[in-house]
Amino acid sequence: MSTYTAPKKKNLLPKIAMAGPVSVWMILFVTIPMLYVIFISFMSRGVFGDVVYEFSTESYSTILDPTYFQVILKSLKAAGLTTVLCLLIGYPFAYIIARKPKDVAAKMITLLMIPFWTNSLMRLNSWLLLFQTSGPVNNFLVNTGIVDKPISFIYTDELVLIGLITNMLPFAVLPMYSTIEKLEKSMLEASADLGANPRTTFCRITLPITFPGIFSAIILTFIPSLGIYTVTDMLGGGKVLFIGNIIKNQFGSIRNWPLGAALSVLLIVVTMLLIFIYTRFAKIEDMEVV
Amino acid sequence: MNNPIITLEGVEKKFGNNHVVKHMNLEIAEGEFLTLLGPSGCGKTTTLRMIAGFEEATSGIIKVEGERIEDKEPFQRNVNTVFQNYALFPHMTVFQNVAYGLTIKKVPKKEIEERVMEMLRMVQLEGYEKRKPDALSGGQKQRVAIARALVNRPKVLLLDEPLGALDLKLRKQMQIELKRLQKKLGITFIYVTHDQEEALTMSDRIAIMRDGRIEQMASPKEIYEHPATRFVAGFIGESNIFDGKVVEAKDGCLTVETDAGCLLVQGEDFSVGEEMHVSIRSEYLEVSSSPVAGFTLQGTVKDFIYQGSVVKTAVDLPNGQEVKYSRFEQDQTVSPGEKVYVFWRPEKAVAIKKTEQEAVE
Repeated sequence: MSTYTAPKKKNLLPKIAMAGPVSVWMILFVTIPMLYVIFISFMSRGVFGDVVYEFSTESYSTILDPTYFQVILKSLKAAGLTTVLCLLIGYPFAYIIARKPKDVAAKMITLLMIPFWTNSLMRLNSWLLLFQTSGPVNNFLVNTGIVDKPISFIYTDELVLIGLITNMLPFAVLPMYSTIEKLEKSMLEASADLGANPRTTFCRITLPITFPGIFSAIILTFIPSLGIYTVTDMLGGGKVLFIGNIIKNQFGSIRNWPLGAALSVLLIVVTMLLIFIYTRFAKIEDMEVV
Repeated sequence: MNNPIITLEGVEKKFGNNHVVKHMNLEIAEGEFLTLLGPSGCGKTTTLRMIAGFEEATSGIIKVEGERIEDKEPFQRNVNTVFQNYALFPHMTVFQNVAYGLTIKKVPKKEIEERVMEMLRMVQLEGYEKRKPDALSGGQKQRVAIARALVNRPKVLLLDEPLGALDLKLRKQMQIELKRLQKKLGITFIYVTHDQEEALTMSDRIAIMRDGRIEQMASPKEIYEHPATRFVAGFIGESNIFDGKVVEAKDGCLTVETDAGCLLVQGEDFSVGEEMHVSIRSEYLEVSSSPVAGFTLQGTVKDFIYQGSVVKTAVDLPNGQEVKYSRFEQDQTVSPGEKVYVFWRPEKAVAIKKTEQEAVE
């Protein structure tokens, strides 16, 4: 005999009222579009750039074509490098902020956020102006005699990388800051008290306890930098192509929606994979408790 | 004291303009259970943290076994701390938590296992070694924290209000367990608390602190029965304290004039005209419907205060002071609003000298 009793109708109402709008929103604007993207990715491209509703895996085989595969690898590499550098710069940064008094920390966070209140196109354009051949940076370098002739910074992989890092840094700093901030000072004192020097304390206590923040930072920097196309478009001048640019171009000028959709699906899969690893990881942690 | 295990000489601590510990001198014997007792902000925790190495003394000398340690980092000191909030490592199991100090010291694995399990047995946490701190109750967490510190066999164990977060019953039980553990292991304990009952139960000696200074350092019995200052008398137990001036001293019995009336107290070494304090515990205070020789304290019974094991009677004196006496049963001989004479046996009261500190204040 089942012990389950159906919830009474009047108890269900508040639940529907609470979860309903969110569910409707998620289904309308996340689930359906995502399913549509997956659907399109298995269709064929028409002669005039339209979508022909015939099943085909052509788009997926195109992805494996060396030209595209190279770009995907390059994007993964760039996103990976951006993430690693954001962590290396962001962690000490977050640590310093977290150890400051609350009011100072709030100010530092604000300073970190200010660039993000400016329009991203304007920000990227100003980068171009700063670093162009006749820009202030080059003028300074030439006039002070550090270099003979202007360095071509813009439209290079390096500038794109720097652009990505500056773009992503706050997303790395904020989650790490929030976990480091919660790390109790007495934890570190207890470790020192038990004979651990600061380095050992960092490796055995600080890092493991703040790992959830580090993982959030990885997800929050890796995934967007994999898909971002504005930075590469502007600072790379169309010469530096990442997966995001290709997707944008497939939906835009090239008009090969199925291929764009297939590439999007690839991004979604990578994202889900990361989140899956994260939840698995969190679950293992929980299981050890019991 | 011969070979004290810990010595503090003229230790000072200032946080900016805040003078938290003032010229502290302290000697602690090996195997002793010393409690630093005082209200919050008296500098007791800061003193403990200076011994542990978490705070740097502004000036002064701290020695462990005769060796100066002020310049050593916490991880170089042979003392261990039990923290108020336990400070257990949440990502480690109970076993890993307790083993942490030994692992750092690279003790062989087999020995770690033996020592940790022995320690867990001692704090009655066998079978819990695979749990994470989150899955433990407050009392269990506290035991882990104690085991984690003691497994390192420190010279001195520092405890910062370790039982503060536990409920009363568990706290009382842990007090006795801790005291037994300390006796068994023979490790010196320095215990910080603001709970006077805890201090009286557990300590060999109590140092009562106030405003960064030690007011009195003595055995619990001595502190309870012979408080050295007005502050100590007021802080320990429930006492009625009178401020007055000696008007007559004869055969070790002083007549003291206060603004509530005259009273008697036993005391040597006081001279006529000297300002002083008299402390009388509520259990020794008595009332009578007729005047008692030597006492002119008259008051009005205010109300009864039921406290379970005792019932207190509050009496208002004409100067506005309220005195209380306690009995196991409610005092049936008086009723609120009744005029009574307050007295006691002079040998039960404590005569307290006015300190230089008070003169300054």
